[in-house]
Amino acid sequence: MTACLLAIVILAACSTQAAQPVPLKSGVEFASADVRSLQQDDFANPGMLWVTRGAKLWLEPAGSDGKACGTCHGDANRSMKGVASRYPRIDSVSTGLINLEGRIQQCRERRQHAPLMAYESDELLALTAYVASQSRGIPVNVEIDGFHRAHFERGRAMYYQRVGQMNLACTNCHDANWSKKLGAETVSQGHGNAYPIYRLEWQAAGSLQRRFRSCLSGVRAEMFPYGAAEYLDLELYLAWRGQGLAIETPGVRR
Amino acid sequence: MYPGNGKLSHVTTDFTCRIRMLVLVAGIAVLSPRADAQSAAVTFRIEAGEIRTPLAADAGDATRGRAAAAARDGGNCQLCHALPDMQAVFAGTLAPPLHGVGARLTEGQLRLRVVDSSVVNRDTIMPAYYRVDGLRQVAAAFREKPILSAQQVEDVVAYLKTLR
Ligand code: HEC
Ligand code: HEC
Ligand code: HEC
Repeated sequence: MTACLLAIVILAACSTQAAQPVPLKSGVEFASADVRSLQQDDFANPGMLWVTRGAKLWLEPAGSDGKACGTCHGDANRSMKGVASRYPRIDSVSTGLINLEGRIQQCRERRQHAPLMAYESDELLALTAYVASQSRGIPVNVEIDGFHRAHFERGRAMYYQRVGQMNLACTNCHDANWSKKLGAETVSQGHGNAYPIYRLEWQAAGSLQRRFRSCLSGVRAEMFPYGAAEYLDLELYLAWRGQGLAIETPGVRR
Repeated sequence: MYPGNGKLSHVTTDFTCRIRMLVLVAGIAVLSPRADAQSAAVTFRIEAGEIRTPLAADAGDATRGRAAAAARDGGNCQLCHALPDMQAVFAGTLAPPLHGVGARLTEGQLRLRVVDSSVVNRDTIMPAYYRVDGLRQVAAAFREKPILSAQQVEDVVAYLKTLR
């Protein structure tokens, strides 16, 4: 009994964990006014270059059958509306977890019989940005049950795991310290609802996984290769913790 | 607390935490970082919340210490702290400003905080600057190396002492 109480006291003293952010705020709310206005104006938003390129690729035949995405899916404004809000999700064929990039690659391979695009290539970023931008304003709404569950749990564990020479976990910055400044940068809640984004520092568009790599290298932790299972699990956990935030692709960041 | 299932990862954290608490209760904790070839492994003693004995033979140099504290590939303390003699625009607000810290804390307390603040506050976000064990997934370039060498720790402590 006493031992039990003591254990409870010790556990309470030891496992202080920051709560998830309330209210949920998209990353753009932490950006400076000039960055925010870039994102909000489609004519100024540099990410729109990728979206426009994606719109062109959508109509370009590829692969042995000479089919374009649009050949099967028609007008993306209608067929792709809301799709991005449900990813990452379990692929019903392989029962593995895939993100939107992976879903596009799958059509590329299985439906177009065309060569895969490299992760983080301009082509894949463009198509992903184009497809995701069809869901602008639609709330993130991923599933975490069934086959999703194990991925979700792994993603969550990773989110709370301290890593790297600086020994920090995602939660230490994005749950416990959002809105404070890390050096000159304001720490946001770390949501993925605006990805792919255009980042001024990159002078290019980049995927959510590229952002993960920035955060991992910031704490001097080992990075996983693009498309790694670890990143997919983390994407699912992140989407769930930002459930309800409206999709904003293409976001603009510093 | 996250509302939901028990997490295995936390069982292990709590276990190390309990051990650490026991060690602290006993009043003594000996950490022995294994360091890379360039910086000799230094074992030190924590007594009553201080590391009283310097980690390096040479006395700390405050000027070098300021540089090591500021360096992005060194201490990079302004990522989280404001420092009185560094540019405020680049200063983070994740941690209290270090103004006057040299008057608030003893040399031994400063040394312990630079070496491993988690001894003082288990949940701290401040990196342990002189520890290589208990870390995971460290990028290859930084593996088995403390962030600062023993001499740099002494230099930074000397610098912190000037912040009065
Ligand atoms: C040392 C603090 C720190 C840690 C630890 C950290 N990040 Fe970040 N993260 C930042 C900063 C700073 C930014 C850039 C500003 C912003 O958007 O928050 C950022 C940005 C992000 C963004 C982009 C948000 C947006 O709206 O563009 C995501 C997503 C993110 N981090 C996820 C993670 C994940 C996942 C982890 C753990 C693997 C992690 N971060 C670990 C500091 C951190
Ligand atoms: C030959 C026809 C065909 C082509 C070409 C094709 N797709 Fe598909 N795509 C499908 C079918 C059928 C499905 C749904 C069934 C499935 O799971 O495969 C689908 C599903 C999708 C989904 C998931 C929709 C959802 O609701 O989850 C996305 C995203 C997608 N396709 C994007 C693309 C893109 C981008 C291209 C071009 C690179 C493309 N597709 C080319 C037939 C095609
Ligand atoms: C990732 C953020 C972070 C970095 C980087 C960091 N610290 Fe800290 N530090 C903290 C926090 C947070 C505290 C407050 C006490 C706590 O939470 O452990 C703190 C506390 C301190 C204290 C005790 C202050 C007091 O008034 O009691 C000292 C001294 C200190 N830090 C020195 C440094 C030095 C020197 C560096 C660079 C070599 C540094 N810190 C880098 C986060 C950081």
